[in-house]
Amino acid sequence: MRKLGSIAAVAAAVLVVALAAWTRQPAADGQGAATVTGKVKFTGAKPTNPPIDMSEEPKCKAKYTTTPTQETVVVNPNGTLANVFVYVKSGLPASAKYETPKTGVLIDQDGCHYRPHVLGIMVGQPLEIKNSDGILHNIKAKGVKNRPFNISQPTTMTSTRTFSAPEVMVPLECNVHGWMQAYLGVLPHPFYAITGVDGSFTIKGLPPGTYTIEAWHEKYGTQTATVTVAGTESKTQDFTFAAK
Amino acid sequence: MTSVAATAPAHGVHHAPQSFWRKYIFSTDHKIIGIQFLFVSLFFLLVGGVLAMQMRWALGFPGKPMPGAGLLPETMAANGVILPEYYVQLVSMHGTFMVFFAIMPLLVGVYANFLIPLKIGAHDMAFPRINMASFWMALFAGLLMFASFFVPEGAIRSGWTNYAPLSARPDLSGVTIGQQLWCISIVVLGLSSVMGSLNYITTIINHRAPGMTWFRMPLSVWALFITAILAVLALPVLQGAAILLLFDQTIGTHFFDPPAGGQALLWQHLFWFFGHPEVYILILPAMGMVSDMIANGSRKPIFGYHSMVFAIVAIGFLGWLVWGHHMFMSGMNPTLGSSFMISTLVIAVPSAVKVFNWLGTMWRGNLRFHVPMLNAVAFVAMFTIGGLSGVFMAATPVDMFIHDTQFIVAHLHYVLFGGSLFALFGAITYWYPKMFGRMMSEPLGKVHFWLTFVFYNCTFFPMHILGMGGQMRRLYDPTQYDFLKPQQPLNVFVSISAFLLFATQLLFAFNFLWNLKKGKKAPLNPWEDNGLEWSLPSPAPHGNWDRPPTVYRGPYEFSAPEAGSRDYLPQNEKLPTDREPASAATPAAGH
Amino acid sequence: MRWWLPPAASTYAGDIDFMFTLILVITGIALVIVEAGVIWFSVAYRARPGRRAFYTHGSTKAEVVWSAIPAVTVVILGIMSNGLWNRIKGRDSVPAGAYPIGVHAKQFEWQLTYPGPDGQLGTADDFTVRNQLHVPVGRPVVVHLSAEDVIHSFFVPEFRLKQDAVPGMEIRAWFEATKVDSMELGCAELCGMGHYRMRARVWVWPADKYDACVKQASQQFLDCLRPSPAEGATRRTGS
Repeated sequence: MRKLGSIAAVAAAVLVVALAAWTRQPAADGQGAATVTGKVKFTGAKPTNPPIDMSEEPKCKAKYTTTPTQETVVVNPNGTLANVFVYVKSGLPASAKYETPKTGVLIDQDGCHYRPHVLGIMVGQPLEIKNSDGILHNIKAKGVKNRPFNISQPTTMTSTRTFSAPEVMVPLECNVHGWMQAYLGVLPHPFYAITGVDGSFTIKGLPPGTYTIEAWHEKYGTQTATVTVAGTESKTQDFTFAAK
Repeated sequence: MTSVAATAPAHGVHHAPQSFWRKYIFSTDHKIIGIQFLFVSLFFLLVGGVLAMQMRWALGFPGKPMPGAGLLPETMAANGVILPEYYVQLVSMHGTFMVFFAIMPLLVGVYANFLIPLKIGAHDMAFPRINMASFWMALFAGLLMFASFFVPEGAIRSGWTNYAPLSARPDLSGVTIGQQLWCISIVVLGLSSVMGSLNYITTIINHRAPGMTWFRMPLSVWALFITAILAVLALPVLQGAAILLLFDQTIGTHFFDPPAGGQALLWQHLFWFFGHPEVYILILPAMGMVSDMIANGSRKPIFGYHSMVFAIVAIGFLGWLVWGHHMFMSGMNPTLGSSFMISTLVIAVPSAVKVFNWLGTMWRGNLRFHVPMLNAVAFVAMFTIGGLSGVFMAATPVDMFIHDTQFIVAHLHYVLFGGSLFALFGAITYWYPKMFGRMMSEPLGKVHFWLTFVFYNCTFFPMHILGMGGQMRRLYDPTQYDFLKPQQPLNVFVSISAFLLFATQLLFAFNFLWNLKKGKKAPLNPWEDNGLEWSLPSPAPHGNWDRPPTVYRGPYEFSAPEAGSRDYLPQNEKLPTDREPASAATPAAGH
Repeated sequence: MRWWLPPAASTYAGDIDFMFTLILVITGIALVIVEAGVIWFSVAYRARPGRRAFYTHGSTKAEVVWSAIPAVTVVILGIMSNGLWNRIKGRDSVPAGAYPIGVHAKQFEWQLTYPGPDGQLGTADDFTVRNQLHVPVGRPVVVHLSAEDVIHSFFVPEFRLKQDAVPGMEIRAWFEATKVDSMELGCAELCGMGHYRMRARVWVWPADKYDACVKQASQQFLDCLRPSPAEGATRRTGS
């Protein structure tokens, strides 16, 4: 009787393990709990950004108290670089699939400037393009892997577009206001961040693994680093761009 | 093969009974083909009008939501407001549909087909099956063009003139498939035109009835003859240009791409080398039919018939030498500006001669103002305005200011609408009985005429003033310019007049459609005209005549003394004093 | 509400307006003759019982008269127009010493390149500004027109000047402003969906002020001409 019982117990255990393996959620593959964080530093002389003369667009000019400038190189007071797009370039499990968020990412044309200047979005996620200025802007998206488009917004309105292929980066421009530029990083996963006023970035929720992290800047190009994380740990990875 | 006419057995009249499909759909009968063109072209005329209504909304009420815009997709209108990329599609396709699929087929596809064999005494066209193919190709081309609204990125956006490099570069225009459809549609339409022209030219040269000499042909036939020659020579040039543009768009050529070695102006030269003869294609048949209708309405021969023929030929010939007047500001050599100005000023003379001859026809006539006569006289009055406004553009320094302004838009609409379309309203009414065996309503026709005349002038005359003020063409919102803001009330006035003008055309549509079945049955010769077609039953039967008629005189012998108490004298009515023509007029007569 | 041409503000605008008015008068006379004819004949010769039309096939004399008069008229108009055309657009029409400004048309803006203190285009001190054309009054200016992408057209209504800017071509167009004023420059050739908003502003300055400021480069040149918003040039809102 005891022998039958132990066989049954082993069979049951095998059954349970098999059942667990069979019904295992694939999402467990792509999500994790590790974090990569860091700062993007800037060395060298801080370049001056050219001023923008908006006299021919009074509605936009009126939104500024000081002369607006281009945002090509934005160096923060603490010596870090803003508008750097940091993302996981490779290393995620091949079978990982990430749910496309239903909520969109907003880019606003305000004061004849794109806000934000650099942004990230997932494949298939809606990009909501808002015109807060109430004057004609056109949004020309010069994708290479993504189908280019060029749409106009003659008045206050919001248009929505999605992107079907990963691409780092899709430039956006307005032709009526030639100084307006933005950059959009389209990724198949949510592991990206853009440095802000303190120059730092944080990428959360990484599954254990070895990753290539890339930092992209519109003028200074790209830099990569390899980071290995496991479990719930947080690793720091800084980047430094030098003035040219 | 001579004297076939008198003895050849009746030919093409006693077919075995035809199925509905062979008789009305896949018909080789020139009259059915003409009627098919009529229905299809009137549809595209409506399409062109609907596009224009949306344009006028945007111009009159920029930024305001348009009624019905809810039907448009988000790429064309947002919150009910037309978007600029849709506005330029409207502009481009209004011109395209009106020129290629409304006015040209209405004048040529309908009336060359319907009238030529009837008016020269032939059973049918020289090549009936090619004729049938010409209709189906035109329909196919029209459907391709219409489809371009429904493809990604929509229809063309560079004007009906499609100037390169904008039209050649999808990244700059935003159009991909729509531009390619335009090119393919134009190539197909060109084939249709060339096939038609071959028929019209051959039939007129070879199939005139005995006694129908060249100078006894009605002016409508002369005009259609010269028009056919223009078409067969001009359309292939456009086809070639469209193919080059298609190649630039699709297979990586750079004909029109300057950075890669191409030339932007090449497109303009090719397009306008076609384009100018095209506008004479769009007016000459109208002039010809107006001559027929005015002679009839005046009960007098056409004044200066031979001059009128020479004027038609002169216009046709000179029309090849003026294309550069569309390009005065294009950057081409300024010396060409001088030479094209000269040829353009010269071509004004035969047109003026025609206007004076129409007046001469009315002078001391016994004027009957039936609906066709009303429209024909309005043609003379409106075409004069259109022609005279052309003098401003011909003068190159003045053109520097008015080129690409609403002044040009006024000019072209005065000749194409005030001219050709009024002539068509008259012609459709005039030949309706011979087509359908019924009459259109005369009172309704007169109401339609007067309302159209008033609203038409209210719509298009102010455009001269808008152009003088500097308002450029193809502007989505003129109020973006400070110097144009003061003129905006005139834009509103034009838009409202245009809406009323469009609504008035419902009267014509009703008159046309209702009377197809309910109209008064038409007698043989309701207008008491002299043309050969009026000796046939209404509607004219398949094969037209049992035997070709014999012609004894010219087409405009109204109030001739030998007519006796009548004031008309049909071409094929033999009087005791008439002699038989020596032999069959042409080798194939009676075929 | 404007019913006529905009105010003339260049040396040849007056001549163009004269041609316009002359053609208006001549065509106006022709129009009145024809339309009066139409109306008069329609009334006088309308059908009445017992009347018969006058049977005639025409008159050679009439044909000769009404061919010759239009022909002579158009020849005269042609000769007059051609002289003016050559003066404005001819190969050698650009006045010697005209001040050069580069105008590069691009979807959907005008890029104006000023020659800087040395007065020569194509040198290191050139600078480019968007949508602002500053010229001196009473001096010939020659615009070196080019286009980046598609055909645009340089149009200043008050100068009466229009010239297409064509990719692959460098085209010169000249004018001489006659009034200290500010007006608009528009694009007059459909160039895409932003065509309707491709405008720039033209400022015509007193010559001494322009000379003083033209020695500056770049932003200083603009600040020199337009020191503060309050003191800007007269903005015309149209009359």
